[in-house]
Amino acid sequence: MNTLVIARQPTSPAERLRDAAATALIALLLGIPMIGLTTVDQGGVLRVASRWPALLAFVAACFAGRLLLRYASDLLRARRLARETAAEATTGARPAAGGALLTGIGWAALAVALLLPIVFSDNRYVVDTATTVLIYVMLGWGLNVVVGLAGLLDLGYVAFYAVGAYTYGLLSTQLGWGFWQALPVAGAMAAAFGIILGWPTLRLRGDYLAIVTLGFGEIIRVILVNWTEMSGGPNGITSIPRPSFFGLPFKPPGDAPTFASFFGLDYSPNQRLIFLYYLILGLALLTNLFVSRMRRLPAGRAWEAMREDEIACKAMGINARNVKLSAFAIGAMLGGFAGVFFAARQGFISPESFTFNESAIILAIVVLGGMGSQLGVVLASLVLVLLPELGRDFAEYRMLLFGAAMILIMIWKPGGILAHREPTLRHRRPGDGR
Amino acid sequence: MALALQQLINGLTLGAVYGLIAIGYTMVYGIIGMINFAHGDIYMVSAFIAVTAFTLLAGFGISSIPLALLLVLLVAVLFTSVYGWTVERIAYRPLRGSTRLAPLISAIGMSIFLQNMVQLTQGARVKPISPVLVGGIDLLTIDGFTVRLAYTQILIVIVTIALMAAFTWLIGSTSFGRQQRSCEQDRTMTALLGINVDRTISLTFMLGAALAAVAGVMVTVYYGVVDFFIGFVAGIKAFTAAVLGGIGSLPGAMLGGLLIGLIEAFWAAYLSAEYKDVATFSILILVLMFRPSGLLGRPEVEKV
Repeated sequence: MNTLVIARQPTSPAERLRDAAATALIALLLGIPMIGLTTVDQGGVLRVASRWPALLAFVAACFAGRLLLRYASDLLRARRLARETAAEATTGARPAAGGALLTGIGWAALAVALLLPIVFSDNRYVVDTATTVLIYVMLGWGLNVVVGLAGLLDLGYVAFYAVGAYTYGLLSTQLGWGFWQALPVAGAMAAAFGIILGWPTLRLRGDYLAIVTLGFGEIIRVILVNWTEMSGGPNGITSIPRPSFFGLPFKPPGDAPTFASFFGLDYSPNQRLIFLYYLILGLALLTNLFVSRMRRLPAGRAWEAMREDEIACKAMGINARNVKLSAFAIGAMLGGFAGVFFAARQGFISPESFTFNESAIILAIVVLGGMGSQLGVVLASLVLVLLPELGRDFAEYRMLLFGAAMILIMIWKPGGILAHREPTLRHRRPGDGR
Repeated sequence: MALALQQLINGLTLGAVYGLIAIGYTMVYGIIGMINFAHGDIYMVSAFIAVTAFTLLAGFGISSIPLALLLVLLVAVLFTSVYGWTVERIAYRPLRGSTRLAPLISAIGMSIFLQNMVQLTQGARVKPISPVLVGGIDLLTIDGFTVRLAYTQILIVIVTIALMAAFTWLIGSTSFGRQQRSCEQDRTMTALLGINVDRTISLTFMLGAALAAVAGVMVTVYYGVVDFFIGFVAGIKAFTAAVLGGIGSLPGAMLGGLLIGLIEAFWAAYLSAEYKDVATFSILILVLMFRPSGLLGRPEVEKV
């Protein structure tokens, strides 16, 4: 190793204490107006209430945390320095990446997902929650194309979700279309919106795209709230028909053949839940297959190349705008599909379901899971959906924790927790024997 | 005619507030080349600090309006600039030199964090304060419609003009201003010349936050209600203002703010109040399509 390493002197305990004290002072200044003081509404008049013990705890936690962090980072730096010195002597091979392990976990997760409704066939709650998880998995995989693969920050992804949901809601309630007829139309509609939005903005810097998509998400929501004749306004669209099993509805036995009567089963409302579960599982798996195939096509490779270095891509003769536009439109289309399923499952949609918060949750899933990692999205969706189910406290603190986690992950591992960026091509030395 | 005049007054007031927030976006963009998504939430935090401070002062029995305003402004600017500093230190500084996407995502995370932090610590309900500055001047009456200039509007315009003057002086003729502009042009070269770049960037964030704090106090006085979500829409609008004026340009930010304020006021009065946000966002998209460098900005050349 020829590079000059300037080893920072390990900080002395006194220095660490001073540093932690400075942190505590900042924490105090931050905490006084937010934690220390608050206003409460007493019969229409505000009164100031104080929470000094909470503030004290916050400041103490910051002090201790900073102290520990500095200590740990000094320790780590010393160890890394020692290891690097040792590595110079041995130049040992780096351990192989755990790609095979991840693939194994992926297949195991799939097996669990397939067996889950059979094991819990009587438990509505489990199947219903699992369906919610899968909706987020599907949305995460869709957004992953845009953010993880193409590196375009889309902050209004929920708009495409809404376009899909409302397209199905309107087609089914106004024109009587079925789920399967509406699915491709809604996907195409969402993709068209993606192209309309992406066309003017994609040639600009990534930051602009982020804010434009943020604005677009808001435009769609405002239109849905105010254009009452089209969308039903804040009341939304009600009594959206549920999907049927190849024309066999999930209903108590009546005149027409139903799913239960056709297969000679006893009717149970759980059958529809389980069918919906398998439906979204199928859609999600199809998405996954589609995306992982796309990654191997020239278009998909261009996405990732564009993410890594746009100027180099342009120099190689890749049409930057078309590549970005295709990623954007495909991501939008997948969001639209998820929206159709959402509308069909709920039977009711309103602008309430399509706020910025929802976009933030989907983005958090992609970021926390590791941008570009399909399995990471599954794990992140599990955590995100299950955390609030654990209790009200978790539900309240959920978005706070996700915001903090997004910052920490960007600092600690910008690729995400499960990021494994496999090089698409490897240089093979002659005589490698393969 | 009278309605148009009234909307002109309202629009200019609103535009002044947007302009103050937009300066924070434009300065940060100029110096580190990223959009500080958490800036709108900094403004929201300052509005909450203002609410607490006004309530506290009322509790102490301070009834002099100028004194109360001055104290609240000072308190809000002080605490909010600490927030600005912390946001940069925690969420952006460790990511300098990281991938293109990382600081953007971190900024979004910070924005989500601040919003939820305020929601949890201050409550999700709308906070109304008792009116601080009431009354106004009736300018003229045409056909029974009285054009009214509220004292709060006069206050907002005067404070904005004073701040703009102070700011132009700060950036244009002080040592810090030269350091700041030098960092905008070339950070490495500036560092080589012995200027503490980290400190300059931190100060830039604090200045942006201080201006947002003033905007937050003004809005609290003007509207009298505050909730944890106001930062989101105000942030997008102020950003639109910064882009419209030419991002990186300080006079541009103010000009853009005034234009957005006017467009919004007239749109709400003559076309439809429900779609005024849509109008603003559409302007953003149109500007980016046809004149990405804005009205006063220079076109950006990307180099390897």
